[in-house]
Amino acid sequence: MGWEASYDGWVIAIGALAAFACALPGTFLLLRGMSMMGDAISHAVLPGIALGFLVSGTRDSIWMFLGALVAGLLAAVLSQALHRMGRLEHGAAMGVVFTSLFALGLILIVQAAGRVELDPHCVLEGAIEWAPLDMVDVFWGWLTVPRAVPVLVIMLLVNLTVVIACYKEMKIAAFDPDMARASGIDARIMNQVLMIITAATCVACFEVVGSILVVALLVVPPATARLLSDRLPVVLVLACLIGIVMAFLGHFASGSVPGWFLADIEDVSTSGMMAVMAGFLFVLAWVLSPRHGLVMRAVHRLRLRVRIAAEDVLGLLYRCEERQEQLTAAQVRQALMKAASIGGVTARLAMARIRRQGWAELGTTSCHLSDEGRVLATEVVRSHRLWEAWLWRNIKLPADHVHGSAMRLEHVTDAGMRDQLAAETEATEVDPHGKPIPDSGGEADPSPDSTVE
Amino acid sequence: MDSFLRVLLLEDYNTRLVVIGTVCLGIAAGAVGSLLLLRRRALIGDVISHATLPGVGIAFLVMIAMGGTGRWSVGLLLGALAAGLLAAGLVMLIRRTTLLRDDAAMALVMSTTFGLGIVLLSIIQDLPTGNQAGLESIIYGKTASMVRGDAIGIGIAAVIVIIICACLYKEFRLLCFDEHFAGSQGWPTTLLDVVLLLLGAAVTVIGLQAVGLILVLAFLIIPAAAARYWTDQLRLMMFIASGIGAASAWMGVTISAMVPRMPAGAIIVLVAAAFFLLSLLFGRCRGLLVSFRLSLALRVRIHRQHLLRAIWECRETQSPVQLEQLLARRSWSPLQVQRLIARSARRGELQIHSDQTVELTPAGEEAAARVVRNHRLWELFLIRHADIAPSHVDRAADEIEHVLGVELVGELESILAQDETVPSSPHVLGTGGGN
Repeated sequence: MGWEASYDGWVIAIGALAAFACALPGTFLLLRGMSMMGDAISHAVLPGIALGFLVSGTRDSIWMFLGALVAGLLAAVLSQALHRMGRLEHGAAMGVVFTSLFALGLILIVQAAGRVELDPHCVLEGAIEWAPLDMVDVFWGWLTVPRAVPVLVIMLLVNLTVVIACYKEMKIAAFDPDMARASGIDARIMNQVLMIITAATCVACFEVVGSILVVALLVVPPATARLLSDRLPVVLVLACLIGIVMAFLGHFASGSVPGWFLADIEDVSTSGMMAVMAGFLFVLAWVLSPRHGLVMRAVHRLRLRVRIAAEDVLGLLYRCEERQEQLTAAQVRQALMKAASIGGVTARLAMARIRRQGWAELGTTSCHLSDEGRVLATEVVRSHRLWEAWLWRNIKLPADHVHGSAMRLEHVTDAGMRDQLAAETEATEVDPHGKPIPDSGGEADPSPDSTVE
Repeated sequence: MDSFLRVLLLEDYNTRLVVIGTVCLGIAAGAVGSLLLLRRRALIGDVISHATLPGVGIAFLVMIAMGGTGRWSVGLLLGALAAGLLAAGLVMLIRRTTLLRDDAAMALVMSTTFGLGIVLLSIIQDLPTGNQAGLESIIYGKTASMVRGDAIGIGIAAVIVIIICACLYKEFRLLCFDEHFAGSQGWPTTLLDVVLLLLGAAVTVIGLQAVGLILVLAFLIIPAAAARYWTDQLRLMMFIASGIGAASAWMGVTISAMVPRMPAGAIIVLVAAAFFLLSLLFGRCRGLLVSFRLSLALRVRIHRQHLLRAIWECRETQSPVQLEQLLARRSWSPLQVQRLIARSARRGELQIHSDQTVELTPAGEEAAARVVRNHRLWELFLIRHADIAPSHVDRAADEIEHVLGVELVGELESILAQDETVPSSPHVLGTGGGN
């Protein structure tokens, strides 16, 4: 399938414009936890479209747009009223309203089916692939663009104006409605504004890209952007960029991907494919996001585990020196796996880290702490025994119960906390098991009181 | 009229099938919907139902690839069930592993899976063997053309769903009302959630054939939401929801069989919506009328107590009490005061004399003493124990005097070491704190 700049360019441009227009209200819906509103509105417009159609009798008319807009707003208002007055959960209130309105719309359409041609499908799927065939002149004939483009551009400008004008208010109302009210901003009015632009955007985009894609555009690019950034302006811009990529990938994929599996497939729904591609981009962000992605989270967790295991090894070696025992590297690993109940891989990684940092020599016959390693090991053991002493003296835990807690706490204790613990245990010199607590300077107490071994 | 009776009494074979099928669906959906509603997962049905579309498409393509015709409906439904469950699982996974909330996760999964379904459908449409195989019907349903097998299938599935609900009733109830308590008692909450989602998916899939994927959600939500207005008991709520589901199915099918060009699925939903409206208005437990009456009764009681206290406080400075003095105590209109006085007089709490003065009867005396005492105990408490200036305590006490219970009053008495008498006001009456 060959690409023609005029046709393919317009399809992608229309998809991207719709994505821009939807990203603005979509981001705020996401922040307010009302993303399903797009779905509710997209179903609820059906009776409005049917009525507008019955009134005017044609398919391209302002009546259909107005009917849809009114029905969409009605759905938003009704479901919020039901939530507030009927004390019904948000989702359930929306579900009751939009399914009822959708059923009403279906009946109107079927009743009118004899007189007029209206296919619920054109609402559902849209016809983005036909949009470039329907051109109009704008600017008094200077430019010929698809008829959808002026509609989308106007909608985008309206949304941009509203968002820029009310940015501060919408932001505070989205993040903290109570704070908004306390500072004199009526979060409910902001909510109504958001509902109005959402409904208008939905309706403006339906005709061009179909309701499936509108619902996807309202939520997927903002949600994807949300995974990539924690800053609202960045999320807004990223959502628009994701919209462009999605439009391009969707159009490309609808032209070629099915052909890889099945021959003779040409007529694949472009809107559907764009929605699928939006989902694909979301999955990418979900897995690979530099801050919140699954991969990064797994890496962080592994690094934390390795750090803790390495500290455990240092502590182990310190205690061996104290007992004047010699362990081989293999024995150290066995002891570590048993004491900290971790897997072999983590243990190996931890020991590799210690070798790399030069904290200890882990030989096949014996292991020795280096000077740098001994300082670290002393800190770990000092933390451990200080915690044991504190738990035993100050919280009155039995002496045989403090070891487990101290094992965990020793890894999150810094110098300041060690000093505080020392102060609160009145600079006691031995832990509940009678082992000496090393000094903060790094030197162990030279006179071990070995009542308990 | 004759035809109406024929339809209503199920004399028509075809109508009978449709009625039996949809009524079974309504019963099962009411029970499962109640649980989903209380678990705050009402819209998960929307996700499941949209996700069934790619499931059906993939099942169709797989069956074609294996050399079949792709019209084996059990295969299609299994595909739908698997896809619905997968989508619900995906929602839970997204919520657990990202910072997105429930609504975003649901909208995400729903819109992208439905997009995939539309893509698959457009591919199937293009296949030489395709000609859609009736896959379109799952979007809008095909209630009227239900065949014997469909009705029996729906019936069996509904019975299975209801049996599972009954067997796991106790566990589900715990899960819906206190998830963390259930977890601490050792119940596998995730597994129970999955079972609940499985039930939801099963209802959705059997509803697909009957009413289509968008309206099946209505079966899950509307009867359950309507039942919530009638009762606070889960068991009763499930019964009522099932009843509403069944009744709207029966009536919807009947109407659609009698009136030409009425899609049964949509009519059923509208009948259910009518039931919902009735419940919203007249529901005995949380209905609007009941709530309105309760709040009205509360307002009346508060006004009455304010009047009694005003009379008591006026009488402390001078008696007999004149109407104008009462007017000055609060921001109320002369008409309002007259109405309040008349109402209290009817209740036998005060007497109106001919010279425009009012006097408390013994019953009124007692009631007024209680209110004034509550008010002043609270004021004393605020002054002595919350360190609030005497000029500032009146407003706070004004709000709480109506709701102080016996136990709280007893506690105040012991804290303040007060006896049974009415203490004198801790601030100057009539000036700063009077209104």
